[in-house]
Amino acid sequence: MNANEKYAVVAKDLTRKFGAFTAVDHVSFSVSRGEIFGFLGANGAGKTTTIRMMCGLLLPTSGSALVAGFDVFTQAEQIKQHIGYMSQRFSLYEDLTVLENIEFYGGIYGLSRKQIRRKSRELLAYLKLEDRANTVTAELPLGLKQRMALSTALLHDPEIIFLDEPTSGVDPDSRRQFWLLIYELAARGKTVFVTTHFMDEAEYCQRVSIMQEGRIIELDSPQNLKEKYKSESMQSVFLKAIGEESS
Amino acid sequence: MSRTFVSIIKKEFLHIVRDYQTLIIIVLMPVMMLLLYGYAITLEMREIKIAIVDHSKTPQSRALINHITSSNFFDIKARNVPESQFEDLFQQRLVRSVLVIPQDFSRSLNSNPQTPVQLLIDASDPNAANYILKYLSQIVTEFEIEQNPRLHFPFRVVPRLLYNPDLKSEYFFVPGLIAVIILLISALLTSLAIVREKERGTFEQILVSPVHAYQIVVGKVIPYIALGFVDSVIILVFGHFWFKVPVEGSILLLLGSLILYLLTGLSFGLFVSTITESQRVAMIVTLLMTILPTIMLSGFIFPIPSMPVIFQYISQIIPATHFLKIIRGILLKGSGLADLKNQLFYLVLLASFLIAVSIRKFKTTLE
Amino acid sequence: MNTKPLVVENLKKSFGKVSALRGVDLSVDRGEIFGLIGPDGAGKTTFIRIVVSLLNADEGAVYFQGKPVRENIAYVRSRIGYMPQRFSLYPDLTVEENLRFFGDLFGVPLKIQKERMERLYRFSRLGAFKDRRADALSGGMKQKLALSCMLMHEPEVIVMDEPTYGVDPVSRSELWEILRTLTDEGRTILVSTAYMDEAQLCDRVGLIFKGEVLAQGKPDSLLNLITDPLYMVKTPQPHRVYFELLKHFEAVDCNIFGNGVHVIDRHSVGAEQIAKILKQSNFDFDEITPIRPGIEDVFLKLIRTANPSAKPEQRGELSA
Repeated sequence: MNANEKYAVVAKDLTRKFGAFTAVDHVSFSVSRGEIFGFLGANGAGKTTTIRMMCGLLLPTSGSALVAGFDVFTQAEQIKQHIGYMSQRFSLYEDLTVLENIEFYGGIYGLSRKQIRRKSRELLAYLKLEDRANTVTAELPLGLKQRMALSTALLHDPEIIFLDEPTSGVDPDSRRQFWLLIYELAARGKTVFVTTHFMDEAEYCQRVSIMQEGRIIELDSPQNLKEKYKSESMQSVFLKAIGEESS
Repeated sequence: MSRTFVSIIKKEFLHIVRDYQTLIIIVLMPVMMLLLYGYAITLEMREIKIAIVDHSKTPQSRALINHITSSNFFDIKARNVPESQFEDLFQQRLVRSVLVIPQDFSRSLNSNPQTPVQLLIDASDPNAANYILKYLSQIVTEFEIEQNPRLHFPFRVVPRLLYNPDLKSEYFFVPGLIAVIILLISALLTSLAIVREKERGTFEQILVSPVHAYQIVVGKVIPYIALGFVDSVIILVFGHFWFKVPVEGSILLLLGSLILYLLTGLSFGLFVSTITESQRVAMIVTLLMTILPTIMLSGFIFPIPSMPVIFQYISQIIPATHFLKIIRGILLKGSGLADLKNQLFYLVLLASFLIAVSIRKFKTTLE
Repeated sequence: MNTKPLVVENLKKSFGKVSALRGVDLSVDRGEIFGLIGPDGAGKTTFIRIVVSLLNADEGAVYFQGKPVRENIAYVRSRIGYMPQRFSLYPDLTVEENLRFFGDLFGVPLKIQKERMERLYRFSRLGAFKDRRADALSGGMKQKLALSCMLMHEPEVIVMDEPTYGVDPVSRSELWEILRTLTDEGRTILVSTAYMDEAQLCDRVGLIFKGEVLAQGKPDSLLNLITDPLYMVKTPQPHRVYFELLKHFEAVDCNIFGNGVHVIDRHSVGAEQIAKILKQSNFDFDEITPIRPGIEDVFLKLIRTANPSAKPEQRGELSA
């Protein structure tokens, strides 16, 4: 098996500067197909910038990255066909109805009318929203909006899914519903790349990287990290990792 | 047309329809502005309050006063007030003007070529003062021609007013309103529509899909072209059937140039959306760069030749200046393509330049 | 007469059709940190804004040191320190200019301002950055500056809306240390947060969800709300095990966590029996151990019992 087939994402020395400020500083990692990979860090640590570079929203200043086997510098178009993305602010149109949102996102990925109809039916059934298909999205509870945002990002059946702080502010029950969905996706062979600043959520990931000031300071499975730092929780792993780094 | 493209257009239409408050404003605004300009705002003055002091009290002086009263420009509020009270009349804004006819009025009229009459005008509003002076001199001239046998004019000017013989102001503001409203919709609404998506974060979601920049741009813009077009047709129909503004020239040419002008506005709106990140800033920039100059500098209200030279040059850059020439030409003068080719050419040039710049800029800001 | 720093009675507030608060009662004692814990949209911000007199309630009352807030706005505002959710400093002013402005705003004499600033610099460790513009500070430092600004008029009661949101864990724990120092001085703190794990840092907490306080009390006593045994099934595949356990237990009692599944054993099935069930179906797990519930277990239990009707239809397995 060559590297391209084994890994969904391979980044090497990826760097992004904004003026004099280095948001992402020589970051290297690779994510296997079907893996749930977590990015931990505070606001401003560089998580979102990294994700944006992977999605072709932002060109790296230097370094290299392959996403689904395509180069982020030259093949952004192909990458976009193969990825799903959900940003921190759930990108649904609040003034459109549930169904209109699904139709729109299906449309911009070039799905046929028939495909969109079938997908909408499936999705509404899954979200238990059949009777609210014509409700304006603004009226849905937060947890449901979040699951709907993820579902619309999956309409075109992408191989890799990037989730940027998908669970911030969502209640614990909805968060669990959401993680169950992520597990299900991974079980179907999708690669899930997720950022969070809830340390306990790191446990849901197969491997996590801890980012600080644009650099990856730890990258391993939660289990190994807890052993390495002799900690019970990821929260204290994080504190110790960052503490070591700063001292 | 690709599905992607249709989806974007459809979604944009839904946004417009959902936001029905804005939609109502967009549809009603042209009609309201027409009525406002048609009935409330006139550029002429009527029933100017005046006081007349007649020291002469002769048939001739009464004849002059008659001329003034019958002109219906003036409303005589006071007569023969002593001079000591003039100040009070002006201060309390009871009159705008005082006319004093001297005692030797009749005598002088019969013996001298020049007869002085004193006119006091409140010039704190210089524009109004100008009108008063103009009206009164006109009345006085007419009176003199009639009354002063010694006055001989070597020639008389016989004016013939072309294209708008009755000097109707609606002929003037209907085209002007079209110019302003199209701009409002095309430049302001498009820039807001794009910047709003940036603000809400939905833009990112579109950008991670394989949609091309031009598809987003064109897809978002088409609904507003339609909206602007509908609005201008409302104004035209209303102007034609209600205010009886003629359409002398080709309707096809008229609609064609409407769309061309719409495009310049849209491309400017796009440009603004590429350089701004918030709706507030986009609104200020658009108002400052498009709406204001269109009202002030395009010749819609103030004639261009009366502007300071620098503004005259600036007015030549503003698309509305050229569009006004086109639309007034077509509506009132029946101008054809050949007569308007320079103006049309300029609009084509400006629109293509702005669209090229904004699509280029648009791509880099997606970056 | 009741002179507790804050007493809230039956507070209700709606925005149009949406009820943000559906009758909240709680009280905060002098010198304690009271944590209001709940997700976004639970009503935390609305509650706090009413408490600090920025918003009027539809029904109910808030008493500040025994006085009704609504009739004593000036009194309340001069004695309360409020730190809103969003960074509310002037980004173009320096650290010192911000502090000075807030000092002036509350009419603190210049000489006293100077003393207080020195003191605030010491405990926030912002002294070295006093000439730096606020927008050039890191997230954690900004929060400390916002807190310091609020402390310039030495308020007796401090009210903070999600001060730790999105702040890195190191700055978060620093911030909590500062809060503790403040209550040691006798001040009272009401703080809201969406992080469940911060409950243990409070003296008392209220769990808020959909405009209702589901429970309040000392963190440890809240944990006693789960009286049945709680088992942790440790497994590398929590979702598989979770769905298997759903076949044998009620959905209300099973919760997926990062490293396994928590099961509330209401019918005394026992760890051995659970292990047997999983082994029979060939599920991979490491161990089953009885554990002490955490605040998140309690919260989950409470929100499901609070609106049981909403849950089953939204739970169900994923479509294939």
